[in-house]
Amino acid sequence: MSAIAEMPPKKFELLPKESGDGELLEVAMGPHHPSTHGVFRMDVALDGEHVVKLKPVFGYLHRNHEKIAEGTTYLSSMPYTDRLDYFCSLTNNWAYALAVEKLAGLQVPERAEFIRAVTAELTRLQNHACLIGFLTQDMGASGTPLMYAFREREKILDLFESLTGARMMCNYMRFGGCRCDLPDGWLAQAQKVVDETPKFIDEFERLLAENEILMARTQGVGKLSGELAINAGVTGPILRAAGVNYDLRKVDKYGIYERFEFKVPLGDHGDTYDRYMIRVLEMRESVKILQQALKSIPDGPIIDPKAKLRGFRPKVGEAYGRIEAPKGELGFYLISDGGPNPYRYRVRPPSFINLTVLEDMCVGQMIADVVIILGSVDIVLGEVDR
Amino acid sequence: MDQIFVALKHWLLGQLATILPAWLLPVVSALMSIAAIIGVFATLFAIMTILERKGLGRIQNRYGPNRVGPFGFLQPAADGIKAIIKEDVVPRAADKVVHFLAPVVLVIPALLVYSVLPIGRNMVAIDLDAGLLFFFAVGAASELAVFMAGWSSRNKYALLGAMRAVAQMVSYEIPLILSTISVVMITGTLSPVKIVEAQSTHAGLLPDWFVFTPWGFAGFILFMISANAEANRSPFDLPEGESELVAGYFTEYSGFKFALFFLAEYLGLFAVSGLGITLFLGGWNSPFAALDFVPSWAWFFAKLLGLIVLFIWTRGTLPRLRVDQLMNFAWKFMIPMVLINLVAAAAWHYVGGGFARWFVSGAIVLGSYLLLGRGLFHGKGITKRTYRYAE
Repeated sequence: MSAIAEMPPKKFELLPKESGDGELLEVAMGPHHPSTHGVFRMDVALDGEHVVKLKPVFGYLHRNHEKIAEGTTYLSSMPYTDRLDYFCSLTNNWAYALAVEKLAGLQVPERAEFIRAVTAELTRLQNHACLIGFLTQDMGASGTPLMYAFREREKILDLFESLTGARMMCNYMRFGGCRCDLPDGWLAQAQKVVDETPKFIDEFERLLAENEILMARTQGVGKLSGELAINAGVTGPILRAAGVNYDLRKVDKYGIYERFEFKVPLGDHGDTYDRYMIRVLEMRESVKILQQALKSIPDGPIIDPKAKLRGFRPKVGEAYGRIEAPKGELGFYLISDGGPNPYRYRVRPPSFINLTVLEDMCVGQMIADVVIILGSVDIVLGEVDR
Repeated sequence: MDQIFVALKHWLLGQLATILPAWLLPVVSALMSIAAIIGVFATLFAIMTILERKGLGRIQNRYGPNRVGPFGFLQPAADGIKAIIKEDVVPRAADKVVHFLAPVVLVIPALLVYSVLPIGRNMVAIDLDAGLLFFFAVGAASELAVFMAGWSSRNKYALLGAMRAVAQMVSYEIPLILSTISVVMITGTLSPVKIVEAQSTHAGLLPDWFVFTPWGFAGFILFMISANAEANRSPFDLPEGESELVAGYFTEYSGFKFALFFLAEYLGLFAVSGLGITLFLGGWNSPFAALDFVPSWAWFFAKLLGLIVLFIWTRGTLPRLRVDQLMNFAWKFMIPMVLINLVAAAAWHYVGGGFARWFVSGAIVLGSYLLLGRGLFHGKGITKRTYRYAE
């Protein structure tokens, strides 16, 4: 018999309760658990089925992204940013390119700005669709909405593939523009996909939005106040579901977003249902932006002629570039010492910072709610752990 | 054709009577019935698994298994072989005896309840006078097995799942049994065979099945909801809610024991659907007199298949409830509703014939449904919402 087999079995760890009878059961949800969206652990203390304490534990997927980026050239970090939030590689590209452009003072041609906006909104569409799918999966809907979302995502990934050559790891943006121009017929194909999307969103909403079980499971669950959200630095749809009007597309007006007509939906309750509905409404707004952008793409160059791919050395200085990624404010902070590598490279990952309010949302809820609250935060562990 | 299996058994027994001693014949007869039940319903389990996976696949806009055999219909065989040759892992901290016994204890009652189900005309293993009572008494043993599995695994998820399962199954047993009482009240018998016979006439366009009466319709729906919960099927699959409890009470089971849990779950589902057919859907009776030439057992299995499709459809459509909502639903909606349904059944019996009893009985059912259904969500602030846009 091995040494392990001879060890006495471990007892359940029961924690003392602060008041009242009984003890707390400590359950480690993760790192291998079906619904923690990756290698993520929540140490939950349960009183019956109610959550008393919750400690998020992450770092299982740490890949040293920031330090590696400081050791290589600016450009060679670009494909690495794809792997941060691997659902939305194009918005990651954009945020990084924006930071470097600020650092080096590059101007992006108009056509490239349009292409960037189109790809970013397509990314937002597929991210939100899949998030809703995963959220209902966490509620136990046996994958039907998820499969519908994946069908839609497939069309958008096909568009990405024909544009960039890769479905998820696009590595498409360059400092001062984009890597390659749109292939022939891409616009018509994209127009077709965008035209079909409202039908898909309607179908989704008919299936889900007024479903009594879904409403009962999500309404009033995992409430987040606007005040706490601001104090914790929460951004993105979660912040807007808490009723705070903060969308970087409106605040910073980066790229060419000021030319498009679109609205920012806001929630009043800050619960899981609001977070779900805000995403549905944002998908509709994204469709509006896409319709406007696809109609008015100008001709012209796609990259700043001053931009150098080789021997790229921005002048000494620092820059922070941020965009409204589907999950929230994604920022890159760069310090240049004039060399080919950044002196300091730091990512502000939205899903990592949004996770910090997880315990506040979960305490007092039931264990089944923890899973859907985590699902509604919308995390990707590649970005949380970096 | 109708009596082919009954005749076959009689012929076989007649042949055996010449070679076997007389005291052995009842044993052989029982063994034949047991073999038939196990064979038929285990095959149905295999068909159901492939049907469910393919059906769910189609609902979810994908193909489902289609590699093994023609159209993937040999997939259950592959699954079975896989389950048998897999390593059977028993956790070090588990209570080994109870851990081993739990799946066995779960499967045996699931098979026993079939003995009182009339599968066709004259096709019932034991014609018990109190067959309905036997069905529920034996079926209730599965709660014990579920808790044995959860407790002996020494796993926190399993324990939570087992606690949920026991609470849920005990709660839903009450509406399950009470919804059948209305049928017992009307027919005045506990024997499933006699209940089916009471529904074998045809009055006008519709057959005399209990589902075509106001109380029977309500009773059937309440029965099916409770049956869904008893069988731990979506949207009541909290005991094994994979998104929070990994696999619930059978988290620590692997190999063939795991397959036994599935077998027991599906056998329980068939049994309780079969009972629903017996009580409300006319059992093995054909819907129209013109269709009486079709064998009675074919009708039974056709109805069973129809209910199975209903279960698959529900599973593919609905998200799962939460524990407290599940309990609320049982105690605040289901149980008052079945109790009122008893009144509706009594009114049906006493108001007399014609339109009046339809009206009275229907009004009781519909009124209570509207009132109780409104009370279920009342005061919880669960509404459809409108959203504002920032300027």
